[in-house]
Amino acid sequence: MKKIFALFMAVVLVGITMTACSTNTKSSTSSTTSEVTGSLTAAGSSALAPLVQVAADNFQQLNPKASVNVSAGGSGTGLTQVANKSIDIGNSDVTAESKLTADQAATLKDHQICAIGVAAVVNSDVTVTNLSKQQLSDIFTGKITNWNQVGGADEAITLISRPESSGTRALFKQYALDNAIESSNTALSSDDSGTLETNIASTKGSIGYLAFSYLVGKYDVKKMSIDGVAPTLENVYNGSYPVWGTEHMYTNGEATGVTKAFLDYMGTDTFQTQMENLGYNVISKMTTAAGKH
Amino acid sequence: MIYLIEKFKKEYLGRSIVTVLGIVIILVTLSITGFLFYKGLGTFVTYNHSVWEFLFSSEWKPADNFDGGGKVGAAIFIVGSLLISFLALLIATPFSIASAVFMTEISPKLGKKLLQPAIGIFVGIPSVVYGWVGLTVLVPAIAHVFNLPYGFSVLAGGIVLALMIFPTITSVSVDAIENVDNGYKEASYALGTTRWQYIYKVMLPSATSGILTGVILGLARAFGEALAVAMVIGKMLTFPDNILSATNNMTAEIASDMGNSAQGGEFNDALWSMALLLLIISFIFILIMRIIAKKGEEVK
Repeated sequence: MKKIFALFMAVVLVGITMTACSTNTKSSTSSTTSEVTGSLTAAGSSALAPLVQVAADNFQQLNPKASVNVSAGGSGTGLTQVANKSIDIGNSDVTAESKLTADQAATLKDHQICAIGVAAVVNSDVTVTNLSKQQLSDIFTGKITNWNQVGGADEAITLISRPESSGTRALFKQYALDNAIESSNTALSSDDSGTLETNIASTKGSIGYLAFSYLVGKYDVKKMSIDGVAPTLENVYNGSYPVWGTEHMYTNGEATGVTKAFLDYMGTDTFQTQMENLGYNVISKMTTAAGKH
Repeated sequence: MIYLIEKFKKEYLGRSIVTVLGIVIILVTLSITGFLFYKGLGTFVTYNHSVWEFLFSSEWKPADNFDGGGKVGAAIFIVGSLLISFLALLIATPFSIASAVFMTEISPKLGKKLLQPAIGIFVGIPSVVYGWVGLTVLVPAIAHVFNLPYGFSVLAGGIVLALMIFPTITSVSVDAIENVDNGYKEASYALGTTRWQYIYKVMLPSATSGILTGVILGLARAFGEALAVAMVIGKMLTFPDNILSATNNMTAEIASDMGNSAQGGEFNDALWSMALLLLIISFIFILIMRIIAKKGEEVK
């Protein structure tokens, strides 16, 4: 019996140690006039992480002595860690003010380089291709429950959402649903965009939402137009597609050294072309009609 | 001098290393417990929610900032965790006990050659693989069989978990059965019982406390498992109507929102409270196991 108990304790301990993971990264920055050296760590928003990773790979090829570590972890993690200086750049889908205390947010400097659009996506068996904003909020608040109520076939609608704290969910709620309260007690939830895409693709009659960056070159889900406007980069630029948000890259105080060089690189024309190919909008190309999000 | 060094090598060196390592583990356990209490109590101390609200309300709407003022009723997650774990237990226990009996009494040769290695493999499969297979095979199958729009459900979670805890319960049960005094067997056969009568009337009752320990060990594992269950229960914020409806549980909710919520904010603290609750529940399991073990020894 003692043996069994010891075994149990071992299982509990291993479980606890494995669950408790820590992400503490040290970094040092230094710069010379011509060459960029040093290392930096960026973490946070999982919507932004793929883009920052591509930028990091390019940047390290151009500056072999620099090293850039990119991880996801979520906007909350990015904001908290940059506020306590354990990382150099904190990526976030939302402003620091919305999650941190005023004191913490005041020390952070926002670098806005790209914006990200969010599209409503449906399983490929759904015949509807356009929804009005009103219909969309009625669907996500649970008032409309069958595709035949919006001109489709007689098929139950399955809502697939993201967790409450997701940045994509926040954007979609604010700009597509006009802050209507989503009916979370009838919506399935997927932890990340990749899983959501798989679940939409495999669940008949389902609807969810994905950032444009997850829709580049994907044909297993169908994009939905909102009020007749297709979810494209151009329509975000010209202001006709409303569901998008600015991505924030926060530094603690002014960016210096390798961090500044990296952020500057992300703003170059060559990288911006690549950014658009990856499904992100370049913030400097936003027209005034698009407004500020 | 040389004598002392020799003595140190022979006796104290090994003993000190073992003692230090042991103390480190105790300290780690204590500090994790302390940390969980420190973080988990924030919901009640900093944001002034009542324990009653946390345990029994189903209104889950914590504010993701430092102002608080949200709702932290975690009842849906607690019920989800309990329901899925007990369903898993219900499915796994008969199979486990049957396998254990088969391996020890009915066909030890086949059991040791085939069943035991198979169970070893079960243990070795990472939980993400269980979840993934569940997501791609089980979830669509449930949708198809029961003619539902989707198969994310308590049932899917229960089946996946049952597979994961089956080896735990089985191996502990095997130990328990092997510990049954051989004299019982000889005495039973001498009295003219059949093998099955011995298994059913003598062996299993005397191995009960060990088997129960295995069952609770399995329950503890089921309770703490996050990944695989999270992939198949649908994570819907609602109490399940039946075992075919989707719901959410504590571990899945922690995993979903821990990264995106700001550390120290109400939302994050509420998740820590759930982590604390998981720890407390696992302590309760340990306690129950000790009581059962003690009773078992008393009987002997």
